[in-house]
Amino acid sequence: MIQESIVIKVGIADMKIVTAPNTIRTSGLGSCVGVVLYDLQKKIAGLAHIMLPDSSLARGETIHKAKYADTAVECLIQLLEKEGVNKKQLKAKIAGGAEMFKFMTKTDIMRIGPRNVDAVKQELKRFSIPLVAEDVGGSSGRTIEFSPESGKLMVRTVNQSSKEI
Amino acid sequence: MLNNNFLNSFQLDILKEIGNIGAGNAATALSGLLNKKIEMNVPSVQVVSFEEMMELVGGADMVVAAVFLQIDGDLTGNMFFLLPIKQATIFIQQLTGMSDFSFDEPSVPELALSAFQEMGNILAGSYLSALSDFLQMHIVPSVPAVGIDMFGAIISYGLIEISQVSDFAIVIDTEIKDPDTMNESDLYKGHFFLLPDPDSFVKLFTKLGVDME
Repeated sequence: MIQESIVIKVGIADMKIVTAPNTIRTSGLGSCVGVVLYDLQKKIAGLAHIMLPDSSLARGETIHKAKYADTAVECLIQLLEKEGVNKKQLKAKIAGGAEMFKFMTKTDIMRIGPRNVDAVKQELKRFSIPLVAEDVGGSSGRTIEFSPESGKLMVRTVNQSSKEI
Repeated sequence: MLNNNFLNSFQLDILKEIGNIGAGNAATALSGLLNKKIEMNVPSVQVVSFEEMMELVGGADMVVAAVFLQIDGDLTGNMFFLLPIKQATIFIQQLTGMSDFSFDEPSVPELALSAFQEMGNILAGSYLSALSDFLQMHIVPSVPAVGIDMFGAIISYGLIEISQVSDFAIVIDTEIKDPDTMNESDLYKGHFFLLPDPDSFVKLFTKLGVDME
């Protein structure tokens, strides 16, 4: 049987689930971090495009879970568990968290990239999910695409050729 | 809080006028710099989700040359001057007389980058000083930062402050066009984006005596 694979797109402050042979992609990660949680045996993965490290930064009335590292990882695990995934089988790959505009140091905002990365790692540790690979930091934007079939994360930047982690 | 119903048509018109005054001044400055005609569209003021924001220039993946400034003073927020790399290359070639480089190559000459930064600085400066005169408010732009990268990666810096409060941004967007390239494609349209912080709208409307109800 031939099955067309489609690419599921995840927007900024958004999260989605994908099963093989489809792939999942998010574009234009700057200070944001793309977190992939996947189960290679079940060939299923979830991707969240987080913007901020901590939901305690929120000043709005409702919390949009995919936006914050501390709520997104937990919510992604729950989504995957609903699909029958065992949390213990999950592995993680992350990319993003660049410092695009280094010389502006007026506020903490400019260090948001590394703070996002730290917060995501903290959350992965909290749920004992092994971080298998990462491509973080630097000063370039990234577009990433994950295949739950191979478990490979393709990372593309503007000036370098793409790489797989 | 900010949502789609936040602005009435009168408030929208005021924000459009602000974009008009600012970008009009900046387009005149650009025209003077390059000694050529520059066309400008009527500004659009939109309340957009962050995802919709990405579509304003042709997607989060679109590579742009950007100058980014933070605004401080009576008004706070972020300002971007964006050019698709093809158009940025044309402008900077015209400005510097260097014809053998392109912003889509990995090593851009330092001079071209700094010319672009200065161009952005002049334009954003004229935008903001026109605003400051009109509003009689003290507006202090930061040192400009330059980035040549994916639009999504760049613009998200303008959304960090807003995203702590809201899932929507009010963006005052003015498009500029180079009549020489005569091309309606997104690959040639420049943009001025003004993204005031949420608190600043209240200050702005209060200053202008607009009812916030």
